[in-house]
Amino acid sequence: MSSPTPAIEIAGLRKAFGPQTVLDGIDLTVPTGTVTALLGPNGAGKTTTVSVLATLLPADAGTARILGYDVTRHSQEVRRRIGVTGQLSAVDPLLTVAENLRLVADLFHLPRRAAGERTSYLIERFGLADAARKQGQQLSGGMRRKLDLAMTLVARPQVVFLDEPTTGLDPRARRDLWQLVREVVADGATVLLTTQYLDEADRLADRVAVLYDGRLVAHDTPAGLKAAHDAGSLDDVFLALTDPDGTGPRTSEVA
Amino acid sequence: MTAIAPAPAPARDLVTMTRRSLTRMRRYPSLTVMLVAMPVVLLLLFVYVFGSAIGAGVGTGAAPGAAGRAAYLDYITPAILVLTASAVAQATSINVAMDMTGGVVTRLRTMPVAPVAVLGGHVVGALVQTLLAGAVVLGAAVLLGYRPGAGPGDWLALVGFFTLLAFTLTWLTVAMGVSARSVESASNTPMVLLLLPFLSSGFVPVETMPAALRWFTEHQPFTPVNETVRGLLAGGAVDMPTVLSAVAWCVGLASVGWALARRSYRRPRPIG
Repeated sequence: MSSPTPAIEIAGLRKAFGPQTVLDGIDLTVPTGTVTALLGPNGAGKTTTVSVLATLLPADAGTARILGYDVTRHSQEVRRRIGVTGQLSAVDPLLTVAENLRLVADLFHLPRRAAGERTSYLIERFGLADAARKQGQQLSGGMRRKLDLAMTLVARPQVVFLDEPTTGLDPRARRDLWQLVREVVADGATVLLTTQYLDEADRLADRVAVLYDGRLVAHDTPAGLKAAHDAGSLDDVFLALTDPDGTGPRTSEVA
Repeated sequence: MTAIAPAPAPARDLVTMTRRSLTRMRRYPSLTVMLVAMPVVLLLLFVYVFGSAIGAGVGTGAAPGAAGRAAYLDYITPAILVLTASAVAQATSINVAMDMTGGVVTRLRTMPVAPVAVLGGHVVGALVQTLLAGAVVLGAAVLLGYRPGAGPGDWLALVGFFTLLAFTLTWLTVAMGVSARSVESASNTPMVLLLLPFLSSGFVPVETMPAALRWFTEHQPFTPVNETVRGLLAGGAVDMPTVLSAVAWCVGLASVGWALARRSYRRPRPIG
């Protein structure tokens, strides 16, 4: 059953920090139950886009809706339905793995029994059973990232935002995390992730959106993008779309 | 599959965040030990190094030597208690800043959790820590020979006032922690709360200070706060205008701290 309401709907989104325009009119629709990768060079506006969608930053103009709820006017409704994993660890270093998960479950008011079951399930599913009694600060980078994602999923969010989820992870940990993301989507959630790794977008995403200089310069399936640019890999597509003349981003106008 | 949509319940969330705060303290006991040790060391230092000489000058007419030390112990114990509350508050600023500069606050701000629960959890945890630390510091003073004259009613009032003081100082340092750009600056800004008790009536009578400094000490909040603690510990009549002034300062400053903390917490900032 497909929902007529898209998971994410962005129209004419603009955001400037002082004189610097970061988002210069973005339109993007993400259907439910899909993975979309947001690609772009550093400073292209990926994190800003996710921040607006996650109710952390107000946009200057345009609209953004999550499952039909406006991120500014209905931020509480949005917050009940999303999960966010940023680049900085949101794991409490002094709490154990189980306590970190339980904290999120309690803040989402899961009944005691449901909280216990959900926590146990996630610990098992994320391969954290041996570390369940370890404190956050005692985990390896890969384990901490897994716990971070598990905490994001405690309340079964319908839309999940992952900001560079695998940066700094070794290849095995990256693959583990991709598999976990696929399962989240198989359960019916929608995922929007930003990434610097083009192979990650290629393997994981149903659709790829390329941001460059505050604008969306492409939005298609990985295969579609490669075909349209007669390119063998997303690397070539990326290079063709971002800074094709090698002149650098156009100078942002002073607002 | 549907997301769970909790109704807002700030009180319940406050309990959850307070529990987190207390668990963190249990996991990091050396911090609590340090927070207690600092005022105890100051007490020993002031009594045994300066006490003999200064004790004679704090208005009791005590002779230098053991009598001077005893007089000075009597004089500064209230101020050492106030300093204890300041020290715990400084640690709270650091704890809050660690949440803010890491990813924890990004997660909490994208969840349906009220700021009062997120920040209040730190405050209530700090209140528990301050009361424990205050009891240990007072116990140390008693071991050194301090004999409070407080009756049961005075003790009750003292615990109430000390809690209000800790509440005030903690909301101020929560505000400092939320708006700090780094954990380092969150540790530095509250130093003012450790310094101000020295510029009050806590360590020497204000009459002994130069005129300008004296004017400042007579008008800054730590003087009525300190005199209230002193009066309640001594037992007998407390000076009501002083108590009212201390309570008014506390309520006012706590409100300012809360308002600033909430505003900083809600200030838009990108995902971290």
